[in-house]
Amino acid sequence: MRRAPGSAARGPLVAFMVKEVQHILRDRQTLTILILMPLLQVVLFGYALRTDIQDIRVAVVDPTPDYATLALRNRLGATDRFRLVQVLPDASRLETLFRRNEADVGVEVAPRFGTRLARGEPADIQIVADASDPNGGTTMAAYVNAVIDDFAGQMGASGGAVHIALDTRMRFNPTLASVNLFVPGLIALVITLVSALMTAISLSREKERGTLESLLVSPLRPWQIIVGKVLPYLGLGLTIVLLVLAAAWGVFRVPFRGSLALLLGEALLYTLVSLALGVLIAARTSTQRSAMLAALVGTMMPSALLSGMIFPIASMPAWLRPVTYIVPARWFIIIARGVMLEGVGLVNLWIETGVLVLMTLVLLVAAVRSFDARLA
Amino acid sequence: MTLPPNDEPAIRVRDLARRFGGFIAVRGISFEVARGEVFGFLGANGAGKTTAIKMLTGLLLPTSGEARVAGYDVYRETESIRRHIGYMSQRFSLYEDLTVRENIELYGGIYGLSDERIAKRSTELIARLGLHDVRDTLVGSIPLGWKQKLAFSVAVIHDPAIVFLDEPTSGVDPITRRQFWEMIYTAASKGTTVFVTTHYMDEAEYCDRVSIMVEGTIAALGTPNDLKSRYGAATIEDVFVRLARPAA
Repeated sequence: MRRAPGSAARGPLVAFMVKEVQHILRDRQTLTILILMPLLQVVLFGYALRTDIQDIRVAVVDPTPDYATLALRNRLGATDRFRLVQVLPDASRLETLFRRNEADVGVEVAPRFGTRLARGEPADIQIVADASDPNGGTTMAAYVNAVIDDFAGQMGASGGAVHIALDTRMRFNPTLASVNLFVPGLIALVITLVSALMTAISLSREKERGTLESLLVSPLRPWQIIVGKVLPYLGLGLTIVLLVLAAAWGVFRVPFRGSLALLLGEALLYTLVSLALGVLIAARTSTQRSAMLAALVGTMMPSALLSGMIFPIASMPAWLRPVTYIVPARWFIIIARGVMLEGVGLVNLWIETGVLVLMTLVLLVAAVRSFDARLA
Repeated sequence: MTLPPNDEPAIRVRDLARRFGGFIAVRGISFEVARGEVFGFLGANGAGKTTAIKMLTGLLLPTSGEARVAGYDVYRETESIRRHIGYMSQRFSLYEDLTVRENIELYGGIYGLSDERIAKRSTELIARLGLHDVRDTLVGSIPLGWKQKLAFSVAVIHDPAIVFLDEPTSGVDPITRRQFWEMIYTAASKGTTVFVTTHYMDEAEYCDRVSIMVEGTIAALGTPNDLKSRYGAATIEDVFVRLARPAA
């Protein structure tokens, strides 16, 4: 376009982005929901929907009581969350206790526990949890596990002396407060919502109303349309992430041990994956409604259900676990939990980061290609 | 915006064809549109009009044949074509949740006009269309006729060499349609070539020349009077019905 020398022009891309910002700001209702919903979820999950459980009824099976098992029983009884309901001589009665709903967790101590410990031999403790509610069971078992770990440390025994047949996924969350684990997942969900869902809706709206046609015959290039569409939502998404972090820290003191810059960088990466997914969905659907449905089923649901955010991946059926590998949120949540709760750096997260980078590249190329004017 | 300094017609098409798999949407059409001409592009639904327009505006690659729009090749120079054409579809190009002024600023910006120029054109345009009182009203809440005139003005905001109008008057009342055609004539008198598709046969009579597409080919091309005398018909509508009937 010829223009007088020296005169200011915003250029097509900026003009287009200004319009996108106007769209976002003008739709007050959606904006309010986008900002308030995640904050409300932090508060809800923090207070109401706590998956961490109080008043766990513990039964101890102690065939040969000695100084060590007594110390363990005291330790369990002295923990706020636990109530020691019964001490049994053998495991046969445990089943009955569970059936009558008189105990939630059983702690079975191996015979001659103290003697074995003193000799440095492996001394086994088995934790049996009532898993009729699988998540509750896992959580309760993990609590007991944490206390026994602590006990083992106090006994001065080396890690190898007390064998516990349980994995220790929650070890970096020593208070085991669920809101801590939940916040990284919520961040993933917010980014998915704003980036994938909102972008898909907004792009497919242009398609449905016919405005996209006018954009495609204009000097705007397809990549400019995508970038102009995506950047404002990226800004919005990161702003909401910061708000969620501030709320989580301000209200629940959710720890932040790692680097904020690293987390934001990784959030940016995850945002790109989601945005690319949103663009792909919009390119493949023809109406706002179908784009919304596709985005809900294709991005929001897996991000909530298959990412480990709510349901631990380890407790999924074996056939379902491999499916979680293609859910971007799964990788981001590992990263976000690592950075926030464990304070780990990029060195320990390069595999997860690499997976996200790869997903971003593949999806971005696919998105731009599927959106190319020639194919429209 | 003026055409490159040569004597090429605004649009020149030779044996242009497009197939989709086994279906041939456009079967080798040829025509020329002179600069400043109002060219009516008629045809029944499914006759291949939309495919032809998509090829001319750079949205779709032809399968074979040649076409030059504003002097640029549709295969290799689509970016130049896009800068020299305007486009308005039957669904308009306006954003309903933006105000009148914001829509003008958006398209001015997309077509690379300077801020100064956008401000000037915006004031002019609002005054000419009598939209002063609604300039800060959302487009969604102004009457259809106003939207349509605004959409046309926005499509030619960068003074394009050619403006493509794809059924611009569908769904509006006869008075607004007449006013709309006055705007088309004004643009043409300033040298803008107008390429318009329509289903209203009375509108076809307003064109300098019309072409009628039937089953992917141009069945007739000429001035409205030529066509009427050639087919011994009283109106373009009669010509159209006669040509399109075998297809129906």
